[in-house]
Amino acid sequence: MNLHAIKAIYLFEMARTWRTLLQSVVSPVISTALYFIVFGSAIGGHMAPIDGVEYGAFIVPGLIMLTLLTQSISNASFGIYFPRFIGTIYEVLSAPISYVEIVIGYVGAAATKSMMLGLIILATSTFFVNVRVDHPVWMLGFLVLTAVTFSLFGFIIGIWADNFEKLQMIPLLVVTPLTFLGGSFYSIDMLPPFWRSVTLFNPVVYLVSGFRWSFFGVSDVHIAVSLGMTLVFLAACLVAVWWIFKTGYRLKS
Amino acid sequence: MQPILRVENLSKVYEGGFTALRDVNLELRQGEIFALLGPNGAGKTTLISIICGLVNPSAGKVEVAGHDIIADYRAARAQIGLVPQELKTDSFETVWATVSFSRGLFGKKRNDAHIERVLKELSLWDKKDNKIMTLSGGMKRRVLIAKALSHEPRVLFLDEPTAGVDVELRRDMWRLVRQLREDGVTIILTTHYLEEAEEMADRIGVIRKGDLMLVEEKTALMRQFGQKRLTIHLNAPLSAIPAALGGHGLALGADGRDLVLSYATGAGEAPVSNVLRGLAMAGIAYNDLETHQSSLEDIFVELMREHA
Ligand SMILES: Nc1ncnc2c1ncn2[C@@H]1O[C@H](COP(=O)(O)OP(=O)(O)OP(=O)(O)O)[C@@H](O)[C@H]1O
Ligand SMILES: [Mg+2]
Repeated sequence: MNLHAIKAIYLFEMARTWRTLLQSVVSPVISTALYFIVFGSAIGGHMAPIDGVEYGAFIVPGLIMLTLLTQSISNASFGIYFPRFIGTIYEVLSAPISYVEIVIGYVGAAATKSMMLGLIILATSTFFVNVRVDHPVWMLGFLVLTAVTFSLFGFIIGIWADNFEKLQMIPLLVVTPLTFLGGSFYSIDMLPPFWRSVTLFNPVVYLVSGFRWSFFGVSDVHIAVSLGMTLVFLAACLVAVWWIFKTGYRLKS
Repeated sequence: MQPILRVENLSKVYEGGFTALRDVNLELRQGEIFALLGPNGAGKTTLISIICGLVNPSAGKVEVAGHDIIADYRAARAQIGLVPQELKTDSFETVWATVSFSRGLFGKKRNDAHIERVLKELSLWDKKDNKIMTLSGGMKRRVLIAKALSHEPRVLFLDEPTAGVDVELRRDMWRLVRQLREDGVTIILTTHYLEEAEEMADRIGVIRKGDLMLVEEKTALMRQFGQKRLTIHLNAPLSAIPAALGGHGLALGADGRDLVLSYATGAGEAPVSNVLRGLAMAGIAYNDLETHQSSLEDIFVELMREHA
């Protein structure tokens, strides 16, 4: 293991985070606060508790998931796309470092940043609503698993994209809709049976459901199913990354 | 002695079918300066990129210090420093941070004293806390050299290091290259300034359309392909070369006031003394002599024309 190299990449990427700390932290905090004001207080006041959980608190896990997914993808995709774009990637590719180490460095940094944001949002939410975390270990487990999985997914997008439009496209066209339709703001039990079945094809449902279970002990699908689906997606991303490096796809001619 | 770099039957066909390298063979000795010459698009950067792991070879193999660049890529790449042809730098990082990053990336333990030495040698020390984007192009080039030297490589690739570089930096750079060679570093450089290669290189390789058509000691190359020209300025013009001076291969130039003799560099002094003796016997007076030795540039142009 070239630990010096992993550390170099990780710290380099984290330095980017610290440099842009204000914008990386402030904007998600503000948008989350807005969600709480609009959904939690204004609309939530007219909503009945779901599964015995106040609506304002009910949406907290979903909001954290939303941030976790979008931030993981955008951090990781940008982190690898940018050096490709400006050409500095040559140095990483010519270094005595394995693909696994490259991925640990970039994906680790992206996941760290999005987990930090997730926890900041959790902290912010306590100013607005009463949240409790019934299963803190599971909560952290899902946090790490989701951040890592979607940072890997972002890494893949960052390698696949050959222009800035493509870089934005997947998060905008796929991930955001899936998250909003994935039960972040409601229980999928509230949907008519047909739409409920359709929703079960949305992977985000399983993430949100499992994550919410770690908070309140209530879930749309069984926790084991949530965990299983997340691991399947993680495995799919790992296979894709392995293939990318094996073939040199978009990295080497 | 084991060569520091061994390239065997290396070929590269880019996606789309373009053949950039054709069966290239090359062995470099440790501590030599090797200049790779060739026109635009000849395949110089492709060759360097394959050795450094940036481009996949289509056929053949490469070893650096005995380590295969694919099977044993860690050991092979740890030996190599690369200064790419194009300026590719970060923008927001400081000089110090980016150079330290390179050292870590190549698996070396932090060593501030070494980084300091490198930055000082490249006159970057007073810029170490500056963001890279605030530097001039020449300074950025120095940063790239510093990055390549940050991990103490044994083989250094300089792909057109002097393109767009001022006289002073060029002189600094060559001083550094000589010093590195004394420390046992092998240097492979490409350049379009042939007088640079002529001055610096121990050996010269000429590549054209993917063929490494010639690899030769510089001195031998100059001797073998070099031409000398003797020009004799006459006191009185001649209308034709006198019969007594026939057979020397002389030509008449400059309104009959000059006699010009061309001969191979390796021919020794015989042609010159023969002609001068002939002039004396024919009673032709002259007031000046001038010799010109062809440069690497002349040789290069000649080679390219021969193989066109
Ligand atoms: N990624 C690529 N895909 C297809 N063809 C390529 C690629 N990179 C280089 N080539 C082609 O391979 C040939 C050799 O290119 P290379 O960059 O090695 O030349 P070079 O000798 O370094 O030239 P220069 O002196 O201009 O730097 C060129 O014809 C170039 O167009
Ligand atoms: Mg080139």
